[in-house]
Amino acid sequence: MDEFVNLKATELRLGLPGTHNVCEETEKVSCNKRALPNSDTENENESSKTETFPPRKAQIVGWPPVRSYRKNNIQTKKNESDHYVKVSMDGAPYLRKIDLSCYKGYSELLKALEMMFKFFVGEYFEREGYKGSEFVPTYEDKDGDWMLIGDVPWEMFVCTCKRLRIMKGSEAKGLGCDV
Amino acid sequence: MGLPLPSKVLEHILSFIDSNEDRNSVSLVCKSWFDTERRTRKRVFVGNCYSVSPVTVSRRFPKMRSLTLKGKPHFADYNLVPDGWGGYAWPWIEVLAKKNPLLEEIRLKRMVITDECLEMIAASFKEFKALVLVSCEGFTTDGIAAIAATCRNLEVLELRECIVEDLGGDWLSYFPESLTSLVSLDFSCLDSEVKLSDLERLVSRSPNLKSLKLNRAVTLEGLESLLRRAPQLTDLGTGSFSAEFEPEMFSKLSKAFAECKQLKSLSGLWDVIPEYLPALYSVCPGLTSLNLSYATVRMPDLVGILRRCWKLQKLWVMDLIEDKGLQTVAMRCKDLRELRVFPSEPDLDDVSVALTEEGLVTVSRSCRKLESILYFCVQFTNAALVTISRYRPNIKCFRLCVIEPFAPDHITREPLDEGFRAIVEGCKDLRRLSVSGLLTDKAFEYIGKHAKKVRMLSIAFAGDSDLMLHHLLSGCEGLKKLEIRDCPFGDSALLEHAAKLETMRSLWMSSCFVSFGACKVLSQKLPKLNVEVIDEMYPPESRPENSPVERIYIYRTLAGPRLDMPEFVWTIHKNPEVGVSNLAIK
Repeated sequence: MDEFVNLKATELRLGLPGTHNVCEETEKVSCNKRALPNSDTENENESSKTETFPPRKAQIVGWPPVRSYRKNNIQTKKNESDHYVKVSMDGAPYLRKIDLSCYKGYSELLKALEMMFKFFVGEYFEREGYKGSEFVPTYEDKDGDWMLIGDVPWEMFVCTCKRLRIMKGSEAKGLGCDV
Repeated sequence: MGLPLPSKVLEHILSFIDSNEDRNSVSLVCKSWFDTERRTRKRVFVGNCYSVSPVTVSRRFPKMRSLTLKGKPHFADYNLVPDGWGGYAWPWIEVLAKKNPLLEEIRLKRMVITDECLEMIAASFKEFKALVLVSCEGFTTDGIAAIAATCRNLEVLELRECIVEDLGGDWLSYFPESLTSLVSLDFSCLDSEVKLSDLERLVSRSPNLKSLKLNRAVTLEGLESLLRRAPQLTDLGTGSFSAEFEPEMFSKLSKAFAECKQLKSLSGLWDVIPEYLPALYSVCPGLTSLNLSYATVRMPDLVGILRRCWKLQKLWVMDLIEDKGLQTVAMRCKDLRELRVFPSEPDLDDVSVALTEEGLVTVSRSCRKLESILYFCVQFTNAALVTISRYRPNIKCFRLCVIEPFAPDHITREPLDEGFRAIVEGCKDLRRLSVSGLLTDKAFEYIGKHAKKVRMLSIAFAGDSDLMLHHLLSGCEGLKKLEIRDCPFGDSALLEHAAKLETMRSLWMSSCFVSFGACKVLSQKLPKLNVEVIDEMYPPESRPENSPVERIYIYRTLAGPRLDMPEFVWTIHKNPEVGVSNLAIK
């Protein structure tokens, strides 16, 4: 059956999902290679061992082998009261970190981001996304997917957000930016 | 020459033999010994619920009082077995209810049990004493209420890490006032709050209560009140160990703990606030078992507890303990037999705790009785493994999880082949082994050759070729359970060593390169085994012969093909027209 020959989805390979797809990942972020946290690590030694492993957002089913019961019940060492995430912006030379629990909602968050990175975010529309700016605020969720900031209720966002990225220009188009 | 042993005499002799392994040997001597043994066996263990039919077991052991059953394969714990695969308790309960009404104890692990099953248990076994469910699912708190309400002589009710549909905390109030026989109660996996007053009364009227494991919803205040009523406890799982610090609460709690002079085992400690930890100090010197693996406190606070636990034999803790904390363990817990260190950050990202291979080396050096290890760590070295094996040749269970797949020795950058070689060569009594890190086929040559007593072997992201499987299946004389994921072997080693599979309980392979065609061949070669192809992506019959399948589960069975296979499970027996049997699942 020829249809099996080209089905990448069923292609078995070793390594983390995404290791052969590094190209695919960089396609997404091709405007700013610096956004990939690994890309800047010069040395591959222990001090950055958690960074060198490509790509960090890869999620393997059932690895590390920790029972779901345990995964669901560990309150992570981050206190419930703070929730730091990294923020990157396309074109900016280094990342920032913010504590999501400092903000009560999206408007406060976006204002803080605008001030931090000196840009303007457009206006948010439920269907069309952000309009009126070449910048689009996005975030990576627990499943490793990149989402538009503002789509889900704030509380859900705080729980599922792993990091933020302010996309710029053509990259932003795919997410509904009307530039 | 001699007269045959009268069966009454043999019966009497056998009444002293508890070990099922021994009884299995006894039953092989001759027909009459088989018969006498089977009529006297009270505790029955079935390691794979599909290996034998309930009717066969029920018939063979008419005096059965306790049944232990295991269902899903071990990798189900890590979400590698799709929902609906199987492991249903119903067919067993149905048969036992009719044929073995004097059954007193049921212990299930990784099985699916419904409320209807639980109700049937409650209704059918008049002498029912003990229900232990480990990693089970499929039921609600209503089913538990049925057990509580109906089993008049209930002694043990333990729900360990089960997935329960929690309909509220009412179930506890179903224990009648007349129930005073409780010895062990574990509801730690339930979410809902139970009524404290009901719990207090239950505890107060249970003079035999030795083990009590509360759920997270029980507060510190609640705990204090319960401890006052049950100072005879030997085994305690606290609820949430957290509240705003109040000196009065602290001193009440300390006092309550101080009264528990028989406490040997402590667990729970969710959300623990460091300021309340010293309330435990009085019980520390008596503890033999301590589970801090849900306690998200840092090393200095952990050390405060651990340095007082000089009788500790079993310690479960998170990597927050760091190498430094393990130094304290090494110094103070000289009686340590089992150590488990879990990752505090269960995702691949953000592992950044000061726990390295050094921590395990330190403990291995100093704790002479250490024989069981489970250690999650970001990195490891061959040198550390060699040192561990040198100091602790008595290790029976060694499970190392280097969290980064394919991680080499972080100093030499070499594979960890030589390190694991030292482990299998040095630890001659090794029964269980889990390997990780960068491993070539060579590592498996060593394992095949030296791990003669290993019964269970777990492998992930390792090896280079079919050679690895060849080594394992042609060696490892004692191998009973093999589970492998994401390794690059194909069909040839598996087909070549098919006969080995008949000597094992089960083999699990997922995300390897074994083809559907090979599965078919295996099925034909091994009629006494069930070869299950578990594939959610494509119905196996639609696959081309040489395409690799997602998962394969092969196990010995006397029961033939199972009747409850969902559509994503295929065996050679499966007739596509026949649907899933309704009788099998209830």
